[in-house]
Amino acid sequence: MMANTIRFVLGGEIREVPVTDPTQTVLQWLRANRRPGTKEGCAEGDCGACTVVLGTRDPAAEGGIRYRAVNACIVFVPQLDGRQLITVEDLKLPGGALHPVQRALVDCHGSQCGFCTPGFVMSLFAEFHEGPQDPGRERLLDVLAGNLCRCTGYRPIVEAGMTMRRYGIGDAFDAARAQAAALLDGIRRTEDLTVTGAGRTFHAPRRLDRLARLFAVHPDATILAGGTDVGLWVTKQHRDLKTVISVSEVAGFAAVVERDGALQIGGGATYSDLLPVVDRHFPDFAALLRRLGSVQIRNSGTMGGNVANGSPIGDSMPALIALGTTVVLNHGGTRREMPLEDLYLDYKEQARVPGELVEALTIPLDVPGRQFATYKVSKRLDQDISAVCAAYAITLNPAGKVATARITYGGMAVTPRRAARTEASLRGRPWSLETVLGAYAALAEDFQPISDMRASAEYRSRIARNLLMRFYLETTGQAGRPAEATHA
Amino acid sequence: MLDGGRVPRPARAKGGVGVPLPHDSAHKHVTGEAVYTDDLPELPGTLHTAILLSSKAHARILRLDTTAAEAAAGVHAVLTAADVPGEVDIGPVLEGDPVLAVDKVEYTGQPVVAVAAETQEQAIAAARLIVVEYRDLPAILTAEEALAKGSFVSPGLTFRQGDAGAAIPKAANRLRGSFRIGGQDHFYLEGQIAYALPKEDGDLFCWSSTQHPSEVQHLIAKVLGKPDHAVTVEVRRMGGGFGGKETQPAMVACVAALLADRTGRPVKCRLDRDDDMVMTGKRHDFFVRYDVGFDERGRIEGIELDLAARCGYSADLSNAVVDRAMFHADNAYHLPNARITGHRCRTNTVSNTAFRGFGGPQGMVAIEYVIDEIARALDLDPLAVRRANFYGIGERDRTPYHQRVTDNVIHGIVDDLAASSDYAARRGAVDAFNARSTLVKRGLALTPVKFGISFTISHLNQAGALVLVYRDGTVQLNHGGTEMGQGVYVKVAQVVAEEFQIDIDRIRITATTTEKVPNTSPTAASSGSDLNGWAALNAAREIKNRLVTFAAAHWGVPESAVRFADNRVRIGDRAEMSFGELTTAAYLARVPLSATGFYATPKIWWNREEGRGRPFYYYAYGAAVTEVEVDTLTGEYRFTRADILHDCGDSLNPAIDLGQVEGGYVQGLGWLTMEELWWDPAGRLRTHAPSTYKIPTARDVPADFRVQLTRTTPAQEHTIHRSKAVGEPPLMLAISGYLALKDAVAAAADHAVSPRLDAPATPERVLLAIDEARARSQGTVRLAAD
Repeated sequence: MMANTIRFVLGGEIREVPVTDPTQTVLQWLRANRRPGTKEGCAEGDCGACTVVLGTRDPAAEGGIRYRAVNACIVFVPQLDGRQLITVEDLKLPGGALHPVQRALVDCHGSQCGFCTPGFVMSLFAEFHEGPQDPGRERLLDVLAGNLCRCTGYRPIVEAGMTMRRYGIGDAFDAARAQAAALLDGIRRTEDLTVTGAGRTFHAPRRLDRLARLFAVHPDATILAGGTDVGLWVTKQHRDLKTVISVSEVAGFAAVVERDGALQIGGGATYSDLLPVVDRHFPDFAALLRRLGSVQIRNSGTMGGNVANGSPIGDSMPALIALGTTVVLNHGGTRREMPLEDLYLDYKEQARVPGELVEALTIPLDVPGRQFATYKVSKRLDQDISAVCAAYAITLNPAGKVATARITYGGMAVTPRRAARTEASLRGRPWSLETVLGAYAALAEDFQPISDMRASAEYRSRIARNLLMRFYLETTGQAGRPAEATHA
Repeated sequence: MLDGGRVPRPARAKGGVGVPLPHDSAHKHVTGEAVYTDDLPELPGTLHTAILLSSKAHARILRLDTTAAEAAAGVHAVLTAADVPGEVDIGPVLEGDPVLAVDKVEYTGQPVVAVAAETQEQAIAAARLIVVEYRDLPAILTAEEALAKGSFVSPGLTFRQGDAGAAIPKAANRLRGSFRIGGQDHFYLEGQIAYALPKEDGDLFCWSSTQHPSEVQHLIAKVLGKPDHAVTVEVRRMGGGFGGKETQPAMVACVAALLADRTGRPVKCRLDRDDDMVMTGKRHDFFVRYDVGFDERGRIEGIELDLAARCGYSADLSNAVVDRAMFHADNAYHLPNARITGHRCRTNTVSNTAFRGFGGPQGMVAIEYVIDEIARALDLDPLAVRRANFYGIGERDRTPYHQRVTDNVIHGIVDDLAASSDYAARRGAVDAFNARSTLVKRGLALTPVKFGISFTISHLNQAGALVLVYRDGTVQLNHGGTEMGQGVYVKVAQVVAEEFQIDIDRIRITATTTEKVPNTSPTAASSGSDLNGWAALNAAREIKNRLVTFAAAHWGVPESAVRFADNRVRIGDRAEMSFGELTTAAYLARVPLSATGFYATPKIWWNREEGRGRPFYYYAYGAAVTEVEVDTLTGEYRFTRADILHDCGDSLNPAIDLGQVEGGYVQGLGWLTMEELWWDPAGRLRTHAPSTYKIPTARDVPADFRVQLTRTTPAQEHTIHRSKAVGEPPLMLAISGYLALKDAVAAAADHAVSPRLDAPATPERVLLAIDEARARSQGTVRLAAD
């Protein structure tokens, strides 16, 4: 194998590709290499026109390969190393016959201008392989939440998803999965990957100790843990990322395990990796994570990346903090652990030292009597950044008084932050309407939100209050969740 | 031919008029084989473009230094307004749109300098080296501010019927108020793009993603200082247009053409999504004031409406857009005494432009909002008030612009929809639900649509087509209509297939190009199939007539005995042959097998100065009922059900038309609910990408969505096969969703007051409206003194 190349499977064969620029996106590479079927609609992972499917070797998956839809516009070319890449050009059979997904879309009149269509085809293709026989409408809405269509009004596309299996339950990829798995085994890389080009270097270490050491040695490096934000630094801000260190090839780094009454989430676990487990323990939190990003985003994005990025509007943190999560940091092999809320000091200012990695998150599970809920308010239900994100966890003592309260808001301050005065005003008081109403004043002291394109300060303040009321009403059986917030 | 004793059925070619064919490119869409401008293989030496945008809303340019950019790696040209060899202005109707800023900038995002380099990255890097020094000038940012300061892009216009000033005070009831309607970004999935090639003799060829190739051709010629015949513009398909590619592609195409002309190389100019959203015009936002007098049944006796549009820094198409808002401020209602005024406000924001409906939706929202206010003031079901105000049949049928409504089918459509959607029972169910539910409230509304079909600039109502029949009987079809997903190509091809009675796969649809049909109108105003369908039919018919004449003479039968059916031609009892055999015979007999066709819409005229005429050939109608559920703690909502009945006349292609109805409704729902354009106090648009500007996803479509086209209602006028235009009208069906939200907000305050709810009705606006209505309802009586 030549130096400074990567290898991946495309069109049924191994491609060895020289890396000229490690931050070139897969979308750019495809379009420059005569595969223009994959479209650029936004170059920021929000429209899905560039959706492609990545096949990853996974012995636990059916046929040994797991297929996941991602946005090619925010995946860097070196991330393809060792994977199978499937684009819209690959679906048609050699004789010209359409794939069941494609046939369903044609028959349902699922395309008008056609520019978003390849992206929908690939999202449905991933679902065709990974989804249940009868996905049902709700699941399809989730599967398609990351694909925007401006023409059809979606009804015919959803219908295509409902009917695609009538055109066949298998396809050429099922038949060729064993061969593809063998190809992937053949290009599996055991050593760390380092490629350079255009004055930039991309590292993909295989072991945690080497990841930690690399970052400690290159504290100015950009850690790539999903790329749903870092991708935009390149495509939108045109930043010159000199050193990129990917966490996604580190063995065991994506692990999600239950141990000693806690849920431990590896820094490299994608939302898709951890959703089933989170769903088991905190269905509310899982519902919020589904809204945090589309399938494509959840297949790329990591909770570790969300936490390390530390945006005031990051949706993971309010729930994590309310649940008492601790974060394990690693600096060149030296570990320390702290409550997550202590990580955030000020706007984009953290307690992490340069070169210190977010290694894991630990959510305590055994909290007797804990009542928990988390809410997200945004203009659109799916894939929208929150105006306000809130999480509440309380325990009551036998007398019905608030024993502990952990209340965290996002979108209300420069960091995700606990509502300290509000918590204090609840503690020791009966969990009653009067107590909640009495806490409003404290809440107003806790936060002075800003007005921006997502919401006015006034609206943020009102819903911060009203969500606390919702939590009270729900925990006391006085209100069901409205339909809009309960979709799975 | 005997066929085993089966009874022969009248045979028909595949794919004629009325058949629900898939989109002609559907297979190519799903395989990724459909070629868009950016997918064309790049020619060697192609350069890429970056455009430096104004960072100021209004400022004088004191210094512009491009030396560092010129010296940067890979750069071949840096272009400013001073470098334009022809005219700098590319305003489509009136002057005022410089291709690159001259001396001053008039909105944040205005193009100032264009750079061509070997790669996009190099062009972007070089553009960042350009130094611009500005001196700020006072900026006007909103329509209300412009109205107050008398800042307009062109003079206002008023339609008058009867005497509104006298009728309003005389009426038993009177309401006055104001509200705002937001704008909308087109969010076509394919951004603006052009790819220009220098040709011999100094000519220029340009692929442009445009709804208006003739205008792009003309404007490229203008900036290059060349005659129109030196420029060719071609477009096979767009990845969506919605009006955003009517005038807006000109700037991008002119920049590409100027740089291609300057460098002698092919130049591609493709806008990044964020730049596209900042640079290009949108749907006009409006400020609306009304003063209305009405009787006890809610019937309007007099109304004064002021529609003030934020046009942005230049006129663009704003005159016609605001005119169309005025033309639709009656919707389906008779306004016996009306004064409707349209104001064209000039602001230091992007120049707003055409967007599906072209002002009509805003005018329609205005009157529907007023009707809703009247119903709430009288405590009547808004549907009853709507019915009381509908145009009559043969009476009460004169519009404020003095065209009589002679094809009115709204009564039947609304009756049928009210029955099929179970409106009355659901109205009761919603009220019952609201009586027992405190946190969640439901709302329901039924609204009609009557939309005028024709360009209100009368001369645009023309179209040309070119039909080429080859010896083997296959056909190439070309016309001025552009394909943006709406299906005009397949619908027009169906018209030609029907005329020749050949299968549609015998017809090759070719890219729209100024080389084949000149002086075309934009594919806009819902007119694509109406105009180009007739033009293509006229061309095909001319060829068919020649074939008939030839066959009758050649085989010695009367012309009436020559019959075309199912790919075959029967020539009396003398001969029968395939269509291809006949065309071969005709060719050998030296019969010309190509023809141009032309169409100009009949009957229309318009005197703008007097506000009087017949601007519209006919009207398209429809109606929708939408139900919504609102969370009163956060203002969040879900649309739970929508029922639509829409009139396409005798549809040319019911599958395509259904797609227009569904897609239009959802796009309209986005406009009126979640799609919020937000400018900061400095005049910078801060919602300029899908991360911040939210168009509907699949989940935002009503879970229960029942859409029907009306059956057996051929157009009254002699439209193409008695079909009706369908591009724009369905967008306005979504007003029912907006007013359902207003209904739910009113329910949250026990219907004690009528809430003010601006559009877009975001969750924030809904919650604040609920809180405001609840506060106002304390001790308020209905019909409070103005």
